[in-house]
Amino acid sequence: MTAPLLEARGVTLSFGETPALRGADLAVDAGEVLAVMGPSGSGKSTLLHCLAGILAPDGGEVHFDGRRIDRLGEQERSTLRRDSFGFVFQFGQLVPELSAEENVALPLLLGGARRADALARARAWFPKLGLDGLERRRSGELSGGQAQRVALARGLVAEPRVLFADEPTGALDSLTGEHVMDLLVDSARSQGTTVVLVTHEARIAAYADRETIVRDGRATSLTGRAAR
Amino acid sequence: MSVSLTLLGLLEREPSHGYDLKRDYDAFFGRGKPLPFGQVYATLGRLARDGKVVVGDPEAGDGPDRKRYVITEAGATEFEDWLSEPVAAEPHLQTVLFSKVVLALMLGRDAERYLDTQRAAHLKRMRELTEVKRSGSLVDALLADHGLFHLESDLRWIDLTAARLDALAAEVTAR
Repeated sequence: MTAPLLEARGVTLSFGETPALRGADLAVDAGEVLAVMGPSGSGKSTLLHCLAGILAPDGGEVHFDGRRIDRLGEQERSTLRRDSFGFVFQFGQLVPELSAEENVALPLLLGGARRADALARARAWFPKLGLDGLERRRSGELSGGQAQRVALARGLVAEPRVLFADEPTGALDSLTGEHVMDLLVDSARSQGTTVVLVTHEARIAAYADRETIVRDGRATSLTGRAAR
Repeated sequence: MSVSLTLLGLLEREPSHGYDLKRDYDAFFGRGKPLPFGQVYATLGRLARDGKVVVGDPEAGDGPDRKRYVITEAGATEFEDWLSEPVAAEPHLQTVLFSKVVLALMLGRDAERYLDTQRAAHLKRMRELTEVKRSGSLVDALLADHGLFHLESDLRWIDLTAARLDALAAEVTAR
């Protein structure tokens, strides 16, 4: 079995006196879609934030692509997030002052791409996600499902190694949510992006290759990593 | 839900008279439908015939209820196999899932592990149905959705039960 692309080993993190993670272990293989499940307050989003270098854990280790990342400084973690990771959250968190295509182009612009190139690459995502004609709309002029598809395009436009999706369908009705999941999984697979999907909904987790449960700050894999 | 497996589970706890078995079955598993005495003894008779239980020595003051039934190695193995295997993930499993959890707690077995195994079996089936939905026609999707919603209901029950295991264990072992 090859080494995982992303791995947490005994990760602990407390917010003040309150422990959120109590020694979480998790491994994700390259190209895998992993669902992280668990009840509210179990620590699943905190674990995602530690894996993605948004939060620095108190203890334990996080490794990405053979490199230990939990001890990196804020600047290095910021660079790592920009270059290697994409994000989709429950609420699209689009920048309201920007058009849809500018929102999608943001990661490329932040990475130093020329504006015209970044916008051209961003626009290429609109037909793929059924968003034709909405390129110039602002977030206030989009439906919830449209905004979340724009957020998905933004998460994938820079072809990240890993896409972190935290309750990406949590604010959508069932049908729209499933449409977004179809697109998320298809798009990630077609460009080889690994996905870490946090959800409390089994129907959404069923889009993943396997799942892990976070309970009281610890992660339990129900099924082992596939032998590769 | 199989009466014979439930009786085997109750006997795994301790050797019992037919009357005690009926009383505990009705209390935990009857849900308003008491088990007729005739069915208790017919089931015990079949289990004895198949070598899953043996009848202990009659006690003083023998009446029909004075026979004590004892689970055999074969009976215990059959029960353990049943308890540790997840149920095939199909809708409408409430009585089997419920009985497995209650019996596991009653016997001090790892009910959380059983629930985890069952959750994994359910999620595996949900992944299969999701794939059917994604690759099939709208009619296929409609049928898959029906299964998915029912399995999701089971999973919610599994999660809620997992969160209540300590209190449930206290209740089913207090008798």
